[in-house]
Amino acid sequence: MGGYSNRLLEVNNLRTSFFITEGEVKAVDGISYYIDKEEIVAIVGESGCGKSVSQMSIIQLIQSPPGKILGGEAIFEGRDLLKLNSSEIRRVRGAEIAFIFQEPMTALNPVITVGKQLSKDIRTHKKVSRKEAWNIATEALKAVKIPDPEKRMKNYPFEMSGGMRQRVMIANAVACNANLIIADEPTTALDVTTQAQVMELLVSIVKEYKTSLIVVTHNLGLVTRYADRIYVMYAGRIVESGTCKEIMKNPSHPYTLGLLKSVPKLDSDVDEKLIPITGAPPTLLNAPDTCAFLPRCPYASEICRCNSKPELHKINGGNHLIACYRDIARLKNEHDY
Amino acid sequence: MFYYISKKLFVSLITLFIISLFAFSLMHLLPGDPVINVLGEGATDEDIAYWRSYYNLDQPILKQYVLWVRNFIKGDMGVSLMYEEDVSETLARRLPVTLAVGIPICIVSIFFGILFGVITAVKRGTWIDQVLTTMANIGIASPLFWFAIMLILIFGMQLNILPFRGFVAPSENFVEYLKSIALPVAAGSLGFVAVITRQTRSNMLEVLNQDYIRTARANGLSEVSILFTEALKNALIPIITIMGMQIRIIVGGSIIIEQVFSIPGIGSWLIRAITNRDYWIVQACVLVISIVTVFSNLLVDILYGFIDPRIRKKWR
Ligand SMILES: Nc1ncnc2c1ncn2[C@@H]1O[C@H](COP(=O)(O)OP(=O)(O)OP(=O)(O)O)[C@@H](O)[C@H]1O
Ligand SMILES: [Mg+2]
Repeated sequence: MGGYSNRLLEVNNLRTSFFITEGEVKAVDGISYYIDKEEIVAIVGESGCGKSVSQMSIIQLIQSPPGKILGGEAIFEGRDLLKLNSSEIRRVRGAEIAFIFQEPMTALNPVITVGKQLSKDIRTHKKVSRKEAWNIATEALKAVKIPDPEKRMKNYPFEMSGGMRQRVMIANAVACNANLIIADEPTTALDVTTQAQVMELLVSIVKEYKTSLIVVTHNLGLVTRYADRIYVMYAGRIVESGTCKEIMKNPSHPYTLGLLKSVPKLDSDVDEKLIPITGAPPTLLNAPDTCAFLPRCPYASEICRCNSKPELHKINGGNHLIACYRDIARLKNEHDY
Repeated sequence: MFYYISKKLFVSLITLFIISLFAFSLMHLLPGDPVINVLGEGATDEDIAYWRSYYNLDQPILKQYVLWVRNFIKGDMGVSLMYEEDVSETLARRLPVTLAVGIPICIVSIFFGILFGVITAVKRGTWIDQVLTTMANIGIASPLFWFAIMLILIFGMQLNILPFRGFVAPSENFVEYLKSIALPVAAGSLGFVAVITRQTRSNMLEVLNQDYIRTARANGLSEVSILFTEALKNALIPIITIMGMQIRIIVGGSIIIEQVFSIPGIGSWLIRAITNRDYWIVQACVLVISIVTVFSNLLVDILYGFIDPRIRKKWR
């Protein structure tokens, strides 16, 4: 746990909703998290649980209407990003916080060469000549280990593979010297071998340039090797958080346990059977006030049905938080499930 | 790129060849002898024989075609029997008039079409979008001649501020020229402004929803920069096709405009020739219009290659 001076971003009680004709979609329903300098944090959860919306909210990238940031704060290097006006937040985007998106196939402009796109982003934030920007961009491509960077600069995105394009996105973050990289499912669209390569690269870049990294993913197996801490999201809320080690050892929210059972563990010796979580992900539209995981929870009991949503609270005395009335890690020990 | 263009050029030439066959057979497929048709039933045999040999009509049909094409390429399109006017000469006089009206129509409609399209896309859902979109829908739905007549009634007759008949050459008096084309250009561009506005709007809306626009925003680019450097280029790709269509209509489709505003261009000439069955003029007009059409299509294809690298690279 770092001291406050070490804190890079601290998000408190962030709430973002989409107002559509059917009603209010509470995509992010009061989440708090933080990341320290040079830390790698993972945000894990099923599709549609609000991971992307929460991340895009902090740089005000939510399309409005229908979206609206209803409350909360995002303190980044001493100032609240949610209070910045449009030109102030533009100077943060790309320059201090770099985003890497899920879809490498569509995230780059198809009719502009990679070199021009990179140079333009650099020139948006740095007062350099066209030529200098080009050189910085070429260096960045070199840093992300793209072979023959001079030639690749003149390529259009469609002339590159998915993994290569994702490297270009990483190069973009490198070229602009961002302090924080937010990678939103950076490897989901790639094949398995490329996934590992891109993930390795991202982590090595983060270590080399001493930046911080938030990885958003629905694949818990992928991040356990790299992340320092993990936040598990469900239905717009954080349901469990803690250090990676602690959560792997003592998953305490039934949803986290379900997630762990549903993905293959890379470093496990035993051949465990994969068990998908039953039931459908919850609707965020006009949701009931009870625990959102209740309909799918194998451990649900009377206390869950009678009370409103459980709040995050510490367990095991340390830095491990869950939002659950049942703490299944303890149940397990007591009853030996 | 060279391969791409030469291939397109080859296709264009083949198209032209086929069209020339059609234009040529016009005279031979329609009933009645073209010469008797013009000279009348009472013409002497010598006269008929003279003109038939003048137009090579006494030659075998294949040779006629070859001669016709050869003369056409040499710039000799024959003499119109009816008015005894040299077709090439008249064409050289009338084509610039058509272009002097058509090119401004082209520029005006592309400029305002794209401008309104971008505005309505960016301001979608606001009153300005609703006003412009409604106007575009009216523009698409209203017939050209009706709109032309309304313009004449309002600006020409009621307000009496703009001329609505005839044409002044820009070389003669530029201000008068601008005045003389104001109403024809307004009438002629309305439909295109409307079509381009609608197309640009829907393309822009689609492009602005793309992931790479989100990437550009996440990289801190300003909205203006995103609009004009990131989005517009992508949104323009489908619009080029419409523009190509427009070039063709400038030459061929100016018929109504030239007729309504009494402009001595190709369109009004063609109408007169058709009414009089003046085949030589019709042939020449059809061929000229086809050439413009084919080459505007070629231009569109090349433009596509320039603006869309995916197409260009495919032809490498
Ligand atoms: N423009 C929008 N209009 C309405 N609802 C939206 C909009 N964007 C997102 N949402 C809603 O917000 C919720 C959270 O979406 P988000 O994209 O954050 O999910 P996610 O966790 O990133 O999922 P994925 O793994 O699929 O990327 C979803 O339920 C979605 O329906
Ligand atoms: Mg997402």
